[in-house]
Amino acid sequence: MPLSAAAAAPARRDPAWLGRLGLIAAALVLLWPLFVATEFKPWLLLEPDTLRVTGRFVGGFFPPALNGDFLLMLVRETWRTVAIATAGITLALLLAVPLTLAATRALSISALTGRMAALPYVVRQAVRGLLILLRSMPELVWALVFVRVVGLGPASGVLAIALTYGGMLGKVYAEILESGDAQVTQALLRNGASRLQAFAYGLLPQNAAELTSYTVYRWECAIRSSVVLGFVGAGGLGQQMDSSLKMFAGGEVATMLLVFVLLVAAADRLSAALRRALG
Amino acid sequence: MATPIPKRLPPPLFSARCRACWLVLGVFALVLASFLSLDLRLAAFASGESLASMGRFLREFFPPDLSPAFPRRVAEGAWETLAMSALGTVLAAIAGVGMALPASRLQGAARGSARLLLNALRSVPELVWAAMLLISAGLGPFAGTLALAIHTSGVLGRLFAEALENAPPGPGAALRAQGAGTARVFLYATLPQVLPQLMSYILYRWENNIRAATVLGVVGAGGLGQLLMFHMGLFQMDKTATVLGAMLVLVAVVDAASFGLRRWLTR
Repeated sequence: MPLSAAAAAPARRDPAWLGRLGLIAAALVLLWPLFVATEFKPWLLLEPDTLRVTGRFVGGFFPPALNGDFLLMLVRETWRTVAIATAGITLALLLAVPLTLAATRALSISALTGRMAALPYVVRQAVRGLLILLRSMPELVWALVFVRVVGLGPASGVLAIALTYGGMLGKVYAEILESGDAQVTQALLRNGASRLQAFAYGLLPQNAAELTSYTVYRWECAIRSSVVLGFVGAGGLGQQMDSSLKMFAGGEVATMLLVFVLLVAAADRLSAALRRALG
Repeated sequence: MATPIPKRLPPPLFSARCRACWLVLGVFALVLASFLSLDLRLAAFASGESLASMGRFLREFFPPDLSPAFPRRVAEGAWETLAMSALGTVLAAIAGVGMALPASRLQGAARGSARLLLNALRSVPELVWAAMLLISAGLGPFAGTLALAIHTSGVLGRLFAEALENAPPGPGAALRAQGAGTARVFLYATLPQVLPQLMSYILYRWENNIRAATVLGVVGAGGLGQLLMFHMGLFQMDKTATVLGAMLVLVAVVDAASFGLRRWLTR
């Protein structure tokens, strides 16, 4: 009986333990230069001096600032944040829609007969390159540039969002339009419809739900970025946060953090509801 | 005789029962209110004078500073940025798994509070975390890395929790029937099942974090952004142009690396 019991007992040790240990060791060796490059010294956080400063700052969080003037200002700045995001997305659409129409392969007439002709191909690639360039520059960098050129104020935030999100929307719109079934559009084009007609009656009805849902999702992202853009002087909640942090006003920071969480949660809910209603 | 096709009127443009009409109306109202309430003066932008100053500003970017000493400093900044994004993502992945477990496996109050924590971490942007962490961690890449790790752990934790909840329970149940403990069931049944999905989420966040890491320096948290702020503040536009070029290259390289890794993982 003991013999058969021993045979039935499964091996207790992971048969692959050596390989796993090796992988973990290799990962640690690879991570080491990263720790060096980022000056990763968590023990500095626990030094008495640092702890005292942190303690005073975090201690200031309670009670959060709730006096009337401050709350009124917060409501105004929150609206500005939402307004900057909305205006930015609107301008981004004005930029993205023409570029999308220019970049979409599905609207190419020469491609109906096989290969796209040379000139349209070059134009489409150039528009695509422009979209990628607009998109890869972070909106904060655009905002920094605009603040230098046109001065502080919401206009630089709106333009920064318009350019970055114009690039993002244009690229993704073109991908959505090309991913679907091309037959309807091609049939329209073959029968002599203009490209704009083929788009309005072929591509758009097929992809409208997906396009709207992506736009709403991007609007939600734009609200998050417009908070951040305030840090370089583009107005809104970020700018207030920046000045409160510089004054070590813990109570105000705490209230604003709460407003962030609520704003993002509200945008999240609204965007999900809109996408459900439209989808 | 064929029955004549009844003529139908086109639907009215607006009717009070149509939900989409109200939605569209609401969106228009929001857009209108946004433009009206912000003091934009966009017309001033399009004026000849402002366009000329824009052109002058852009011309100063050229030629970028490519003298031997400066690109080396930019390369150091780029490496710092890359390290911040990669380490921040790795730390966030570990913390994310740690928080996704209570958020997906527990019931009741513990689950609710774990989800609340994840949402709170996620809704404060990286830049705000960095600006706050500067107070305790001081200027430099350490604050930036921590900020990236904190925000990303909220995002990844939520995604991981969803992945864990959707994992098929079969293999885990089989192990449990054999008498394996909770930790073993997780390590040998649940984790291997969801690992490909977790890896793809991690890579996606890494692409996001490299973009975030380039700008964290704007508040003083190290990397390319700090160089950008410094030289732009001194109006050294040729050096600024070099830094901007390095940012574009870095983002493109990380995107390509992440794409390659993803292909290799799903092969």
